[in-house]
Amino acid sequence: MKIGVLDIQGSVEEHILMLKKCGIEPVSVKTSEDLKGLKGLIIPGGESTTIGKLLKRFGLFDEIIERAGKGMAIWGTCAGAILLAKNVVGEEGKIAVESLGLMNICIERNAYGRQVDSFETEIEFCFFGKNRGAKTRKIPAVFIRAPKIVSVGSGAKVLARDGAEVVAVLQGKFLATTFHPEMTDDLSVHQFFGAICGGI
Amino acid sequence: MKKIANKNTPKLKKGLAQMLKGGVIMDVVNAEQAKIAEDAGAVAVMALERVPSDIRKQGGVARMSDPKMIREIMKAVTIPVMAKVRIGHFVEAQILESMGVDYIDESEVLTPADMKYHVDKSKFKLPFVCGARNLGEALRRINEGAAMIRTKGEAGTGNVVEAVTHMRKISEEITCLRKMTDASLKKYAKEERVPLELVKEVKKLGRLTVVNFAAGGIATPADAAMMMQLGCDGIFVGSGIFKSSNPKARAKAIVEATLHFDNPEILAKCSEGLGEAMESLEMDKLDQKYAERGW
Repeated sequence: MKIGVLDIQGSVEEHILMLKKCGIEPVSVKTSEDLKGLKGLIIPGGESTTIGKLLKRFGLFDEIIERAGKGMAIWGTCAGAILLAKNVVGEEGKIAVESLGLMNICIERNAYGRQVDSFETEIEFCFFGKNRGAKTRKIPAVFIRAPKIVSVGSGAKVLARDGAEVVAVLQGKFLATTFHPEMTDDLSVHQFFGAICGGI
Repeated sequence: MKKIANKNTPKLKKGLAQMLKGGVIMDVVNAEQAKIAEDAGAVAVMALERVPSDIRKQGGVARMSDPKMIREIMKAVTIPVMAKVRIGHFVEAQILESMGVDYIDESEVLTPADMKYHVDKSKFKLPFVCGARNLGEALRRINEGAAMIRTKGEAGTGNVVEAVTHMRKISEEITCLRKMTDASLKKYAKEERVPLELVKEVKKLGRLTVVNFAAGGIATPADAAMMMQLGCDGIFVGSGIFKSSNPKARAKAIVEATLHFDNPEILAKCSEGLGEAMESLEMDKLDQKYAERGW
């Protein structure tokens, strides 16, 4: 099974390495050609304004939306989660992110503050599968200038919280995490996304 | 049981730089330029009062920028904001930390404040980026706590030659390191005044233990793409954008070239019709090489 990692900028290498460790063949995605034959796509951490703008400039934006409509799974980490959200807030008077709008969530950018407010912790993550129920396990979570998921709409299921904050949401084959599993040694969220791509 | 959340760890400091990989960080002197940079697709901005080419022209002691101007830039954009302190000037670093900028650049572009010691960066909550001309210098900075390295190049010249020299030098030295015996590694660590464990880690990884950007003299999309092909993780552009005749177009073009660094057709397209590049300088005509500052 091939899973793509959007290679515009950010934690691309980190995701590729994690997929390899899971025994999944990673594909670096820079052009719409690269999306062919992918079961899933990871949108990595990085700067959401940069990634959003470059998706538009090089024609990937509409192509991703189209393929998502045809069943391609997508997982966004941090900036990637912002790009999946239908509504992005916290940027009044500033340059707005051009998000793909695939998930029924509202997300607030840089909601914890600046770099000095970045943190590492552990969270309880619910590995939920249509055909296998839900298994909850503690995993390490790295939050870097992270956004907050401020509301979750219909069809979207909360998989993890940190205190009161929603930090992971699943909607069909779309997964949003406001933290960075690719920055840890824990493969479980990558394996989980592999299972989503495989239709489990 | 109360959960523990750790802040300002080495992982988080290095992690922010990892999130900037493949991107362009641009020097800006006011909020308006910061917005242009963000709109062009910059992953971060470096807030400073004078870009390196102006520091060269005007001379005098170059210091940390006015906090007011840095705050205005922090308010104007959502991307990370970096700011510079003089080499060794730990109080300028304390001031920037209190303001909550995202990254501190201990920079040879400003006039050094200490001829013996760099800032002890491990004592700070905020991550630091530092310049380096070779592997030993990079490792000394990492050992002091730098969470990101950039080549020094020669800032304010619009001449990429020194950035190329420094990037090649670091790569060649890492290649050499990979072939060294344990005894030679020990000797190398001693000569360069860095811990053996750090040297061994670089040997194992085949690269620096932190993200390594290119800086100092990058003025065109082709310059940025060349540095990316030479193996750097991303690009700093100082005077190159806002000292050119069409900053908006050039900023956008350099971002696109950094993304498609290995695609000459796209590079040709984004290099088209950008107008004049910044005023540039040849190395042998320089009164002072900033890269020689720091040790």
